[in-house]
Order: sequence, then structure tokens, then C-alpha cells
Amino acid sequence: MGDPAIIVEGLTKRFGDVVALDDVSFEASVGSVFGLLGPNGAGKTTAIRILTTILRPDAGSATILGRDVVHEAPHVRQQIGLAGQYAAVDVNLTGRENLRLIGRLAQLSRAEFRQRADELLERFDLASAAKRPVRTYSGGMRRRLDVAAALVAHPPVLFLDEPTTGLDLQSRNELWDMIRELVADGTTVLLTTQYLEEADRLTHRIAVIDKGKVIANDTPAALKSALGSTVIEFGMDNSVTASRAEHVLAELPARVERDGTSIRLTSNDGTRLLIGAMHLLDGQQLSPIAVEVREPSLDDVFLLLTGRHAEGDQSGTAPSPTADTG
Amino acid sequence: MSTLLGSKVRPARRRAFRPAHDALAVCGRNLIAFYRVPRLLVFSTIQPLVFVFLFRYVFGGVAALAIPGIPYVDFLMPGVFVQVAVFGAMNTAVGLASDLQSGMLERFASLPMARSAVLAGRTLADLTRNVFVVALMVTVGFAVGFRTHLGVASFLAAMLLVLMFGFAMSWIFAVVGLAVGDPETAQAAAFPVMAPLVFASSAFIPVRTMPGWLQAFASHQPVSATASAVRALVLGGPTRTDLLHCLAWLVGIVIVFAPLGAWRYRHAMSGS
Repeated sequence: MGDPAIIVEGLTKRFGDVVALDDVSFEASVGSVFGLLGPNGAGKTTAIRILTTILRPDAGSATILGRDVVHEAPHVRQQIGLAGQYAAVDVNLTGRENLRLIGRLAQLSRAEFRQRADELLERFDLASAAKRPVRTYSGGMRRRLDVAAALVAHPPVLFLDEPTTGLDLQSRNELWDMIRELVADGTTVLLTTQYLEEADRLTHRIAVIDKGKVIANDTPAALKSALGSTVIEFGMDNSVTASRAEHVLAELPARVERDGTSIRLTSNDGTRLLIGAMHLLDGQQLSPIAVEVREPSLDDVFLLLTGRHAEGDQSGTAPSPTADTG
Repeated sequence: MSTLLGSKVRPARRRAFRPAHDALAVCGRNLIAFYRVPRLLVFSTIQPLVFVFLFRYVFGGVAALAIPGIPYVDFLMPGVFVQVAVFGAMNTAVGLASDLQSGMLERFASLPMARSAVLAGRTLADLTRNVFVVALMVTVGFAVGFRTHLGVASFLAAMLLVLMFGFAMSWIFAVVGLAVGDPETAQAAAFPVMAPLVFASSAFIPVRTMPGWLQAFASHQPVSATASAVRALVLGGPTRTDLLHCLAWLVGIVIVFAPLGAWRYRHAMSGS
């Protein structure tokens, strides 16, 4: 672990009766990617809004490169870039005008922000659309422009709020590569995600948050080894057979959980586990009506950590592809 | 340090006039929307044009009876100038509400820019637009027979007063826009603020023709005060009282609503 770039201590934020963040603490080291993983409404965006000085916490403190986000907000703003679901680009401006505006407001000189805008348009494959109003851009193009806008002032600390939500696979992979490139160059990245796979592939450390609380803070490897690399789910036709199957499968070297008529096995050796499980079930004349073998999802993390399913609408293992022609 | 994407620790730039620099940047950005989305400009010019034709040619004959001594069109146009300035100021509510909804204000809040630039840039842009709209209405006014009775300097002073009044009204509408937070509601919410001020005023008809209970409001409210001051500058007659009355409203509105707007802005950023 290097020096901490982001230190969060006891951060608490309420909106009326809703506790959005409840005593949240974590640290992210310089030149690393830190992931905040959680379902919709867990408090991830609230954390980002506080760390980017948009919102003040009710209690607790946070520093970015040693500067307090409340008391030294103007300093913090010179060190950060923000992109994500709530930080917009102006749809009436062209891509180039958007980047120039951000550059101007980030106090770059005229020569600097003009050059920087063109560099980033080129790098994010938007040069040919530079003179078009953003309202004509596809979703993927807007997202790329949004990330480019966050990079205009070369910020040493970058905040990406669900950067890949709604992106197709190719755009997602490109963005991941770009984030890796930034980090290789010394940038610290804090990103929020609903996807375990994204957190696993990209981050050095993950804090899992649920209902405003950090319920785990570990490396992706440690989180996964606790979780098992493969999840096998059997669907049985009724709860009696499901109960019998749970009993039979309990002797396998895996974590076994039953939820209604479905039984979930988690292990690091998926293939052998599947063979063993089929063998045992067949021996008892138990026939599953459905079998699924997959990587663990955010929902599995939540089941492991909290004993209940993730709340919020999505818990897939990867961003769902959507149309993107850009 | 040299790579395209990588970070660079920059020395904090000290800019002597940062609030002005940032306000102009935001203002310029807002002005781009006006020529790229022409409907924004058309909306605020078609309506006053309809009013000019309505009052000049449809009600003009009746209205003239209430105003002996001068052509009704000369009475009408100063009122129309004030009306268009108020209509233009309503855009401040719509513009801020859509920036709030789209997340643009959040983006601004994370940048090392002057906090005041969001509101100043918005009201300056709407003032700039009002310059064009008022100039257009002046042209239309002369085309339908309006004539100024005093010199050019006096007329320009009157137009300056109109624009300053629109700017002051922008601060009222800024509070409205930030309080509601989406452009459609902002449009709807601005209307009941605008309507009594513009219609229950001396903008189109002398206040003395109204029922007594309405006169009490209509004679003292800011649109009437401004219309009277503008008429005094354009048509002649005693100007001092009307002008002071109008300037008192201008200053009073800004003193009350600029801090209220700043407060609503901070509130809007900390809510939701």
C-alpha cells in the first residue's frame, strides 16, 4: 500500500429520515483503483458527491491528497475529476465546446484548454464528432465525452460514478483499458459499480456498501476466495425435494444454501463440484429441473455478507449490453 | 507527466478576476444554447409580437379612449418593452431548473470555479438575450407607429432601465427555478409570478381605469413603476418620482432575491 490519496473517516449523511451514509470509513492509496460496490441506493453516489465537494457530510471527514473536502474544498477541486451518472455534459454544446468550457472553468489558460480539448477528443475517438452538438451523440459517445471532461485538467484523483452502466461490451472494455492506463501513470481512481466482475477486473481494493454502511473492505482476491469462484444453482420442483437435495449435497466440499426451491453451491472448483453434485443427486433419484453454473454476482456477495439478497434492481455479473452505435 | 491521459499536479492558478472570468464562461455557454435551440428565442419574441398587434390594432381603439392627449401606441410600447423584459427573465427559471435536472450544476460544483458564476452567468446570459429581444421590439414598435417624444439619449436611458428591470426580475425567477428543479415545472411556476405583475399593471392600460381594490396593487407594483418611469423618459413629463420609485424596486429586488437565489442554489446542491 502506498500513501493514501483518499482518506474517509466516519462519513455520515442523512436526507431527512433516510441515512444515506452511516459511519463510512476507507482509504485508497495513490495510484490505485478503489471500488465502491453496492446495489442502487446503497449510498455510493452520496459518497462520491461528498468526496467531490458537491455535498457536505453531517458527520465525519474526508481528505483528498491531504486536503479536507469541506474546509479546503477549493484546493480539493483542483485535484479531482468527476464523471458519472450525475455529472452531465451540456447537450446544446458541441463535444469540443463542452471540453473547452470545463477547461476554462478549471482555470486552464486559453492555449492550454484549446489544446487539451483537441487531444482528448482525439484520444476518446470523438474528433470526427467534435463540431456536433452533444444531443446528436449516442449514449456511448456521451459517456466517453463525460470521462474526457473529467480528465481535462489532468486531475491526480479521478471519481467515476458507475462509469460503465449502460455501455456495450466493447465500450466497456475500452474504458477499462483507459482506466488502467491512467492508473499506470499514477492517477488514483475511485469508482462505483454494481458489478462484481468490474470491481474484480479493475480495482485493487473494494469496499462493499449496503444501506450506507461498509460491510466489507478487502482486496478482490480475498473477497472472491471467501465467496468461491463458481456458483452452481440447482432448481428443484418443490420444497420437499429441495430440502432432500440440500441434505444430500451437504457432504460436498462447498458452501450449500437453500432458498425456497433452489439450492446454491459455491466453491473454487466448479467442475469437480458439478460432477460430484450430479452424482449425489442421481444416487437419490433427485432430478433438478434447472441447473445454472456461473461466476458469483453482487447478489452472491450480499448473500454471503448479509444473508439476504441485494436490494436494488440489478445484480448481474456484467454490464448488460445496450445499443451503442457510436 | 507527459502522457496524454496521465495526471499532472498543477500549481494553483491565481486569477485576479476569477468570478468575472467564470461568470463570462458560464454566460457564453448559456448564450450558445440560444442560437442552437432557436425555439428558446422564438418563444419569447412571438408572444410579445402577438401582444403588440392585439393591443395596437384590436383593443387599441377602445384603449385610446382612456388615454386622451397622446396616441395609444406611444403609451403602449413602453409597457410592451417592460413586458418583454419580464418574459425574457422567466428564462432564468427554466435555464437553472434544467441545469439542476441534467446534473450540469453538479459538474460545476466539482470544478475549481467561482461559486457565484452559475447564477451570475445565467442572469447575464438572460440579460444579453433581452438586449436582442428589446431591440427587436423597438424596431417593431417604430414599424407600428410608435414615436419617442424626447431625444435619443433619453430613449436609450429608458431602454437601459428596461434591461436593468429584466435583470432584477431574473433574480426572482432564479429563486423559482432552483426551488422547483425541473424546466417544465419552472415554466409553470414562473407564470403565476409573472402574470399579476405584467397584467395587473399600467403596462397596457392606465391604472385609473381599474377597480379600486386592484388599483392599490397595480399602482405600486414594480412593473407599473418601471412602465411609468420608462414612459416619463420616452414621452416627457415629470420623471424624478417615477424614476426613483423604479430604481428603488430594482435595488430592492436584487438585494432581496440575489442572496435568496444563492441560498436556494446551496440548498439545491445539498438536497436530493
